[in-house]
Amino acid sequence: MISIQSVSHRYTSGHELQFADWQVNNGEQWLLLGQSGSGKTTLLHILTGLLTPTNGKVKIGDTDLYSLSAKKLDAFRGQQIGIVFQKPHLIKSLNITENLLLAQSFAGLPNNKKRVEEVLDSLNMLPKKNAYPQELSQGQLQRVTIARAVINKPTLLIADEPTSSLDDHNAEAVLALLKEQSTLNQATLVVATHDKRVKDAFTLTYTLS
Amino acid sequence: MSPFKISWKNIWSKPLNAALNILLIAFGTGILTVLLLASTQIEDKLAKNSKDIDLVVGAKGSPLQLILSSIYYIDFPTGNIPMNEAKKLMRNPFVKRAVPLALGDNYNGVRIVGTDSNYISLYGLKIQSGNFWKADLEATIGANVAKEQNLKVGDTFFGGHGLTEMKDEHKDHAYKVVGILEPQQNVTDNLILTAIGSVWKMHGDEGEAHEEGHDHAAEADHSHDEDREFTSLLIQYRSPMAVAMFPQMVNQTTNMQAASPAQESTRLFSLIGVGVDTLQWFAVLIMLIAAISVFVNLYNSLKERSYDLAIMRTLGASKGKLFSLIILEGLILTLIGTVIGIALGHGILQLISSYQESSQAKMNGLIFIKEEFYLLAAGLAIGIIAAIIPAVQAYRSNISKILAKN
Repeated sequence: MISIQSVSHRYTSGHELQFADWQVNNGEQWLLLGQSGSGKTTLLHILTGLLTPTNGKVKIGDTDLYSLSAKKLDAFRGQQIGIVFQKPHLIKSLNITENLLLAQSFAGLPNNKKRVEEVLDSLNMLPKKNAYPQELSQGQLQRVTIARAVINKPTLLIADEPTSSLDDHNAEAVLALLKEQSTLNQATLVVATHDKRVKDAFTLTYTLS
Repeated sequence: MSPFKISWKNIWSKPLNAALNILLIAFGTGILTVLLLASTQIEDKLAKNSKDIDLVVGAKGSPLQLILSSIYYIDFPTGNIPMNEAKKLMRNPFVKRAVPLALGDNYNGVRIVGTDSNYISLYGLKIQSGNFWKADLEATIGANVAKEQNLKVGDTFFGGHGLTEMKDEHKDHAYKVVGILEPQQNVTDNLILTAIGSVWKMHGDEGEAHEEGHDHAAEADHSHDEDREFTSLLIQYRSPMAVAMFPQMVNQTTNMQAASPAQESTRLFSLIGVGVDTLQWFAVLIMLIAAISVFVNLYNSLKERSYDLAIMRTLGASKGKLFSLIILEGLILTLIGTVIGIALGHGILQLISSYQESSQAKMNGLIFIKEEFYLLAAGLAIGIIAAIIPAVQAYRSNISKILAKN
């Protein structure tokens, strides 16, 4: 599913980060561990086609990410990769349903309201489908961003510190949701974190030093 | 989710900002629309009313005043000219057609024009009902006069002395409406036409007689050609050669003056033009401020939205998509503003025209002209120009950096 080979990234400050080669198989659930500043976010951005590495090769499925044109890369990301960020961020001017439809549109897929309701239902957010982001709590927002990440049935689901701003109870819930949704949508899951509470939930771990 | 809907929703997530931008643009466009419509309509009216008139001859004084009073019926006449002298000019070989005018009376502010049947052919007048005037004290009225003064064929009315007020009514002689003109879309819509003899009768053959308090009827009976006067003559040339010779001849050899409607209209317009120019620059300035305001609005919101835009990129939106979203926002704002502005301009002009006293220069806010498309195009151009820098910024933004910061 994911394969990175001799990938390194040089920051504008001149500091260079070398990433160990990594092979992830279809449907696996991985934990990406590392202290803050260890390059977790950088690696996630490289994996999702947001940041071109200085060296090396990144393959998602059969696609060599950085051989794609900028436009094709954006479309590929929209259709194949779902991303959940640390802070749940939705477009404030749109309601929950519209935020999800937006994800379909930007990925170049037709709007499918049934799919939107199906995903919201699986996350117990269906009653809030017409609410605006500012009407929801942090936990609810995080659920919607998970919904948004899986709406297009991506092959890869990536979460960047999804639990760090949540309390124990919510952190556990979100983690369970991510695992559940990745299974439900047959997506490979990578969760990047420095949160020790998450560790036990995964067997496969890639550690950044 | 169409790009239009995304942009639209984002604009209205900040209704006050959007309203301010739209207001500024609407204001600027509104002023420009009023100027555009008013100047086209005035120019059009000036041209229409002096279409077939090559020269106006009247008493010495301001040539502009002579033109205004004898062609547009706005200002006061410069005075009167002796009929005998005028008749000599009317027989001049250069003259194809000469129409005498006798002004001086009004009915509720509508000017009464004493003239002869040449006036009918000069303006190509047609009758809607009734007949043209024949005898003295018969009147044929313009279409607007019939409507606004509620006059029908067969009605009678008294003329008032002067051009604007009904102060001294000529109670001795009543006019009788014998006909109503078809709408002509020129000054004659707002005039009462009658025979020259009627005006002479009212004034006992001479304006002074009235002031001295003579009995009109008695005076009118023993009138003589030597005392009679016209206000002015409208002249059509027989040949273009007359342009060079005739006015000079009138000005040098007679006690009258000749004024060319074309020349004086141009002069008048160059006078008005200064004011129009000033207003135009004012409106352009407002448009400029509007453009800056749209720019600042988009630019500021871009800072707040950089994370939004980055998220959109992670959802698969290309750089070009973000670029077009921002441009679209600028376009929507200015398009709404321009459309409202144009509507506002028409409304204001209609409002002005409803307060306008002078029926001759009355404007119409319901006429649309193709130049307004240029205004629309200008509005759209402003939208694009104001949005281009923010759009380029959105296009160039480094999403990895933006996402990493949060």
